[in-house]
This record gives sequence, C-alpha cells and structure tokens, in this order.
Amino acid sequence: MLNTKVMTAFAALALLAACQSSTADNAATGAGAAASTSAGPRPGSQEDLVANVGDRVFFDTDESSIRADQRSVLERQSAWLARYPQVTVQLEGHADERGTREYNLALGQRRANAARDVLVAGGTAGARISTISYGKDRPAALGSTEDAWAQNRRAVTVVR
Amino acid sequence: MDEAAIRQLSRRAAIFGGAALGLPLIGARATFAQSSVVDITKARTDPIPIAVPNFAGGSEEAQRLGQNIAGVIQTNLRNSGLFRPVDRAAYIQTAEAAAQTPRFQDWRVIGAQALTTGRAEVSGDRLRVEFRLWDVLPETQIQGTAFTAPAGNWRRIAHLISDVIYERLLGEKGYFDTRVVYVAETGPRDRRTRRLAIMDQDGENQRYLTDGSFAALTPRFHPNAQQIAFMSYARNEPRVYLFNLDSGRQEVLGTFAGMTLSPRFSPDGRSVVLSSTRGNDANIYIVDLGSRRERQLTSGGGLDVSPCYSPDGSQIVFNSDRGGDQQLYVMDAGGGGVRRISFGRGRYATPVWSPRGDLIAFTRIAGGQFAIGVMRPDGSGERILSEGWGMEGPTFAPNGRVMMYFRETPARDARGSGFSSRLASIDIAGFNERQIVTPTDASDPAWSPLLA
Repeated sequence: MLNTKVMTAFAALALLAACQSSTADNAATGAGAAASTSAGPRPGSQEDLVANVGDRVFFDTDESSIRADQRSVLERQSAWLARYPQVTVQLEGHADERGTREYNLALGQRRANAARDVLVAGGTAGARISTISYGKDRPAALGSTEDAWAQNRRAVTVVR
Repeated sequence: MDEAAIRQLSRRAAIFGGAALGLPLIGARATFAQSSVVDITKARTDPIPIAVPNFAGGSEEAQRLGQNIAGVIQTNLRNSGLFRPVDRAAYIQTAEAAAQTPRFQDWRVIGAQALTTGRAEVSGDRLRVEFRLWDVLPETQIQGTAFTAPAGNWRRIAHLISDVIYERLLGEKGYFDTRVVYVAETGPRDRRTRRLAIMDQDGENQRYLTDGSFAALTPRFHPNAQQIAFMSYARNEPRVYLFNLDSGRQEVLGTFAGMTLSPRFSPDGRSVVLSSTRGNDANIYIVDLGSRRERQLTSGGGLDVSPCYSPDGSQIVFNSDRGGDQQLYVMDAGGGGVRRISFGRGRYATPVWSPRGDLIAFTRIAGGQFAIGVMRPDGSGERILSEGWGMEGPTFAPNGRVMMYFRETPARDARGSGFSSRLASIDIAGFNERQIVTPTDASDPAWSPLLA
C-alpha cells in the first residue's frame, strides 16, 4: 500500500485541484443558459437545439443501444435537422469514468454511431453527420457519483 | 586507484562519444556470496544493505558532481525496494578515504554488505567518473568501471552506475537508465489539456513533446526508444501518430477511415499493432512501417482494443467485449487461434505483456474498484498487486520487475474538486508502491527500453 508520505502528496494535490477548478462550470447547462437572452436563440443554432430540442441522449452502463426513453430526443433532432437543411452536425460519443481509457474511446464511438443511425433512419442525410469519440476524457458532469456518471454516458449533437 | 589497470573501451563508449573507459573487473568473478543474489520469484526479499558515500572529486565542481551522482544512485537503489542504503550519519570512514582504499571493517560494523566508491574529475566540459563496487564481507571488488560524458550528462552516468550495481548484486538487468513518456494533464476536468511529456524514470529531466493545441493520449515507445506511437486529436480526427524524438516530427499512421487507437510497436520495431473503429466494431490491424500496408487481424464482432505483442512476437494479447463484457484474449500474431484467458470476477482491460514473457499485466474493474494485476499468458496464476478507486494502464520496466500505471482519486463534489491522476510504480511481487512525482497530473505512462 502507499505509505503516509505518498498519501500526504495526494492530499496536497487534491487541495490544489480544488482551487483550480473553482471557476469551472457545467458546459451543458452553461451553454443553454447563456444563450437564452431577450431575443432567444438563433434558429438552427446550437443554442436553439439545446433550448428547444435537446442536444444529447444518455446510455446505460457499458451499453450503446439507444434507450427507449431517449429515442424521442433523436426523433426531435431529426425533425429539427429537416427544418434546417444547411446545418451539419457532429455526434460526440462519451463514456463515464468507470472504464479504461482505450475501451471507452471505442465505446464512445459506438454510442455516437448508434445515435447517428437513428438520425439517418429519421431522414437526415448521412453526409450531414460526422462522429467522434472522446471516451471518458470530456465529462459533462464533473463529480464522481452515479448521477454524474449517468450524465456522462452520452451522445451529444453539436452543430458545426 | 591503479590507472595502469584501465583498459579498452567498453560498449558504453558509444553513448558518450567514444570517451568511456572500462576498468577491468578485479576479482569480478570472485566471491560475492551466492546467498545475496535475490530470487525474484520470491514474494519479497530483505533489501541489501549498501553504503553509497559521496564520490570524491579533485575540484569543487568535481566534488559537487560526485555528491550529486552518489545521491542519485542511492535514491535509485532505495526506490527499487531491493536495497537499503545505510544511514550516512553512521559512516566511519570518510568518502575521500574510502575512494582511496576502503577500510572494510568500518563498513562492516555499520551493517553494509556492499559498498560503492567513486571519484569524479572535470576537465573543461568533460566529466570522468570512476566507480567501484565492493563486497564488504570478503573484502573484494566486484566491479570497476569508468564513464566519460559531457558534464551535463552526470545524471545519465549515475543511472548507468545504478544499473551496474543492480545487475551485479541481483543477477538481472536494471532499469534506471530509462525514460518514461506519459500524458501531462492540466486544467479543469471538462476542458483538460493533454500533452505528451517525457522524463527520466526517476521523474527528472521533464520535457513536453507536444504543445497542447490538440489532445495526445496513450504514448508507447518503439524498441529503439527513439520513436513514439500515440493517439492524437490533431484536426479533430483521432488517429494514431508516430512521433520521432530526434526530429520532433509527427506523422499520421495509416489511411483508416475511422478512429485509430491503442497503438503498440511489434518487438522487432517494424510494425505497429492498433485498433480501428468501423461501424459498431473496433478491430485490430497491423501496419507495416516499411510498406505502410495495413492488415486486419480480428473481425470478431465487438470492440477489440489494446493489443500488445508477446516479446517473441509470436502472439498478441488484446481486450474485447465480443463475449458480452470486457475480457482478455490471446491470438497468434497472424490473427488465428483466438482464446479467452481472463475468467475472474469483473471486467479485464489494458493487457500488456511482460518483457520477460512470463506474465501479462492488466487492469481489472470489479465491485466498483479498479485494480492492477498480473496473470500468466494462459490466464492462470492471477494476482492483484494494487487496488483502489481508479487505476489503469500498467507498463513494465524493461527488466519486467517493476510496473508503472496511473492512479486516480475521485472528485469530492459536483465541480470535480479533489479529482487527480498521478503516476505510481510497484514491484511485480506487489510491494513498494510509490508515487512518481510529476509537475502536473499525469496518465498513460509508458516505460522505455534500456537506453544504453
């Protein structure tokens, strides 16, 4: 096991990290909130998607199939994309921190693909959709709790 | 010192511009007690008590370097967990006198079994270090070697001497003259900057290899230690790249349409094995570095990632969820004969073959805990070495005796406060777990081969 000296070092780092991250906000809620000014979000923009459609779907642990309760989000996204045919999007696949980095990169890709397949089935041209995986390396929720992990197992549609 | 005894250039001369000299091994084959050779298959051995007085020096500069070198040697040996440096306050004979002629009873009485003495000389930019290793009980010299290098390379000399001591007293190659490439992480959790960084195995000589304009992950050394394969998010297209340490040049590897990840060089250095995603699968490919031809090895229907060659190049271990959850599989290097080797509780990941060939290290996730462990290549003899909230990515030192990996501490709150990721090392017998100090958070360590 680690000796006490090492533990002290870990603790000191933890304190440092606490100072650094005090300015961090939640990217997901932040984007939506910042955009909802008097005029409302510009139609066809990311802010519009977040505020009026929903930009993300969530997955069960170690799963990449679209949950029944998430499918309607993607169907709304399909309709929204049909309304703005000039918009292209990137689907970002993500995983929670309870897996290894390399496997989670592949898992995130599979989640992005699963979401894309629903959009394509809903009529969006495949050429308008690219995919990328960030694995566990770009969490939306920064905590280490079940709730945070549930928010981080996601595919996010990003207007390019 | 008998200068006349100095003879011929050693193999190490090449590293230091042809200037290194080898002293003959006076009584080298003689009598170091057989019992002091550590049986590394034993779970734990008593560390060897060794005295490492400062190396003497004729000038102030030489004295300073002599002190520095002895300090690095002592730290290396202590950190291995296999040596116990004798408290310097207990020394009876002075370092200067010991460098002339050791008075063995003075070292025996304070409990030292082995003694190193040395002398540093500086002329211009050149540093010359003579070092001798003594067996205190029979009063014999085990080794005598001289190294010459630019004075700025004094750490390298200290590491080479440490490896000589390790090899002569333990009967196996050391690992001190090595480097570690890793991912240096800064910034908040959701917007981290991830840069490749390289350092000596003891955490010194830190240097960034990439500038942070794109994320860099999972670096691995070429067997010649001059090239690194890694995953880069340059141009927002995650692909495996090669990085040349001499020129700093980066180039994408392969023409894959999808993401490529988890690269490792073959033991002969002629190809890279990696994983590429396509549709809902990830499959394992080999890219020949000469012809750049790609060859697909797996198509098992699932996510096949983290391939790693056996040191003889005949087999590949990898991670796959083809059976439902993540497990370890071994196949022939041509892609045939796939068999599952992990059957314990939980998910298994990041397999890496020991340079000795006798073990495969892995990450295990079970019961909400992560662990680092080893098993034999047929899956038998599983042992967990360390367990905690988060840890992954073992990498072996070139002698297969020590592993490095990264350990994470969980966030305490919804802002991510308290989360950290640091490097740690452990003896494969499961003792001497130590944090490797890095300037920033760190992940994905990869140990180089011996540099000399």
